[in-house]
Amino acid sequence: MLGLNARDLQILLLVAILTMFAPFFLNPFPVDSSLAQFNAGYPDLMQRFVIFGIFAIGFNILFGLTGYLSFGHAAFLGAGSYAAIWMMKLLTMNIIPAITLSIIVAGLFSLAVGYISLRRSGIYFSILTLAFAQMSYSLAYSVLTPITGGETGLQPKSNDPRILDGALEPGEQARASLFGMEMSSSYELVVSGWVFTFNVGYYVAAFLMLVSFYASIRIFRSPFGLMLRAVKSNQNRLGYTGVSARPYNLAAFVISGMYAGLAGGLMVAMDTQAGAERMFWTASGEVVLMTILGGAGTLIGPVLGAGMIKYMENIISKINQSVLESWFAWAPDFLQDFIVAVIYPFVGKGWHLTLGLMFMLVVIFLPGGLMQGIGKIGALFSRKKPNDRDSVAGSTPAAAE
Amino acid sequence: MSNFKDFTRRRVIKSGAAAAAAASATPYFFTNAALADAHAGYRNAPQGDTVTLGFNVPQSGPYADEGADELRAYELAVEHLNGEGDAGMMPTFSSKALKGNGILGKKVVYVTGDTQTKSDAARASARSMIEKDGAVMITGGSSSGVAVAVQALCQEAGIIFMAGLTHSNDTTGKDKKANGFRHFFNSYMSGAALAPVLAKNYGNDRKAYHLTADYNWGYTTEQAVKESTEALGWETVAAVKTPLTQTDFSAYIAPVLQSGADTLVLNHYGGNMVNSLTNAVQFGLRDKQVNGKDFQIVVPLYSRLMAKGAGANVKGIFGSTNWHWSLTDEGSKAFVKSFGTKYGFPPSQAAHTCYVQTLLYADACERAGTFNPCGVVEALEGFEFDGLGNGKTLYRAEDHQCFKDVLVVKGKENPDSDFDLLEVVEVTPVDQVTYAPDHPQMRDGDGNVVPVGTCNPGA
Repeated sequence: MLGLNARDLQILLLVAILTMFAPFFLNPFPVDSSLAQFNAGYPDLMQRFVIFGIFAIGFNILFGLTGYLSFGHAAFLGAGSYAAIWMMKLLTMNIIPAITLSIIVAGLFSLAVGYISLRRSGIYFSILTLAFAQMSYSLAYSVLTPITGGETGLQPKSNDPRILDGALEPGEQARASLFGMEMSSSYELVVSGWVFTFNVGYYVAAFLMLVSFYASIRIFRSPFGLMLRAVKSNQNRLGYTGVSARPYNLAAFVISGMYAGLAGGLMVAMDTQAGAERMFWTASGEVVLMTILGGAGTLIGPVLGAGMIKYMENIISKINQSVLESWFAWAPDFLQDFIVAVIYPFVGKGWHLTLGLMFMLVVIFLPGGLMQGIGKIGALFSRKKPNDRDSVAGSTPAAAE
Repeated sequence: MSNFKDFTRRRVIKSGAAAAAAASATPYFFTNAALADAHAGYRNAPQGDTVTLGFNVPQSGPYADEGADELRAYELAVEHLNGEGDAGMMPTFSSKALKGNGILGKKVVYVTGDTQTKSDAARASARSMIEKDGAVMITGGSSSGVAVAVQALCQEAGIIFMAGLTHSNDTTGKDKKANGFRHFFNSYMSGAALAPVLAKNYGNDRKAYHLTADYNWGYTTEQAVKESTEALGWETVAAVKTPLTQTDFSAYIAPVLQSGADTLVLNHYGGNMVNSLTNAVQFGLRDKQVNGKDFQIVVPLYSRLMAKGAGANVKGIFGSTNWHWSLTDEGSKAFVKSFGTKYGFPPSQAAHTCYVQTLLYADACERAGTFNPCGVVEALEGFEFDGLGNGKTLYRAEDHQCFKDVLVVKGKENPDSDFDLLEVVEVTPVDQVTYAPDHPQMRDGDGNVVPVGTCNPGA
């Protein structure tokens, strides 16, 4: 069905179920409980999960399949964002033209960058992409301030032309919408102590992520995908057999750039603001982390990695000292102070430290990423001995899926 | 897992049609009103006996020091509002609406977030405070880019935004919003307050060379200082932009001497200013004689944390600041005392403005009798107050900017301690720094005046 084998269809359906019912899964704790701190089922974070999932899925097509490690993908995300916000300022607040243009612009931009960068491989390729991304960032931050808004970034203003939309009523806000359905509107389901939020924007983004995920499965399973894997295993040998790898690499680069553009466009659609710092090199590094943390070359891995990092960034970083103190209020004072002093460096502004430790543990003990961990756990409970074909992730990043 | 082979095309289409029918029925539910308490008529109306405020400050990144000080001030403000501690500035505040029993009888609780001094991160953190924690007001920040971004978000979401440290004209100029308020002063006021003092000390025929941090705040500050000093007869030789990430400014300092300029204006903030000033002093600029005059350096926006970073290099250098802990009015004294008792050192201007903003918000809620953003906006617009450290102050209705006296300060020649690095040279009266709401520096790129708009309660 859908051109997928049973195994891939299972994965796709699993992802579909997880994304569609995410508002339930992510809000497991009642709002009044002290564990509500760990609830992640609010629109902003759910949107981020799927948007960065798309970004990582696209990055994985390049890195997971060809092995080319790009350190400049945030530039395409940023280019997509700027394209989207300009569509919203000039044409309409409907997100369809915005997202379409963001994919096109990011595709063209990645074509130009890829055409030049792919002349080199390995570390030189990484450095070239990094240089391009930093150049784009600097341009956006200062030189191109009239187009990008510089440090302040761009937001829709009430006096923008927006030629397809009618003029705004006085006091009316320009809001991103899909044929009248506003991205920010939500329906809240209250079930005794639990509150589940169903947000329009989230479901739009989740739908697009499913489409992206499906496209990525098809690419993984296609002859084209096989060719990309061949590039990863030995590009020279491929050359000796008379195949030029460059067009394949460039195609993979542009495809992943377009995924990044889609993610950038969606970011603007969900939160109408574009700024230069989402092109900064740390943002490019973040998607590398997501992919490796989840499992490079696996299908779901990058999405998991993206979710993991965004969860830490948004939930762990908000645990401050007073929250900790309230958790351990039951303990005697000296014990409370001790526990808080031990934990505090790892939460709140120290979330980077926790993330770094986790990343180290994963890379050392699970080089195949979280997917390898899941595969191992699965193998523990499974009666039949898993073979390579059936395990969720391979034992090494190279032998994935 | 079950067998998916009997998942035929026909069955999928059938179930898909059912799903589509269900989906077309659902948009009816998706209304913004669902977000707001139906009875209150505004977003995140406080439930129960607490009210949640969101403190969104930089905890990492270049302004983490300021952010930490802001957070201290917020914690202090929450204590005082809840009737704990020594009440700080509440007794000196001219409005007596606050009773020390929280806000409108509800105990104040707070959530914190890290802006990382990035607009995206700041907005993400503000959105989580609004969507997850139900914050009814967001405040904080130490950068104009972040302030503008978060202010726009709050306007859209129907939440009040009380800006922290933000000095760019744009926050209450071309990017002003009805739900946003700024107590801190701005670039225009710095220029207007500094220029006369500079002219008095250095003469009217100076040639100035500007080094400007290459981002929005830098631009508005350069423009403000340039226009104010040129009005008094100064000449601007050159204005060079420096990247925000620059740490070594030697390459920018060397050309200054060849340019024939006799004054260097450093439109830098934070670490930038510490480095550029240190470089300039190391190059011996201050010992030079140009055009028969002593070479001088000016730093338009000073903070105590920056002065500390630059050390002895700040001696004798003029700049402006929003507030300084050595002020001797009752409000400042009370605030310094209660901050010092709790933390052991005097507060910075960032801490002061954040503390004051929290009190002003709480007071506005009390006077309005509601947390409804529209009520708060009405209570704050045109509100005149005193006793919060800056003398008589007006929250102007047209742009939600506070108008108050501006301090011109100078690096102290013989500091007594690490905190006593600046001395107040002059308190520039408010009339001298007041401008019309449609002043050219407050207009957008096309020269249009941006109105403040109408409040948004989010429902």
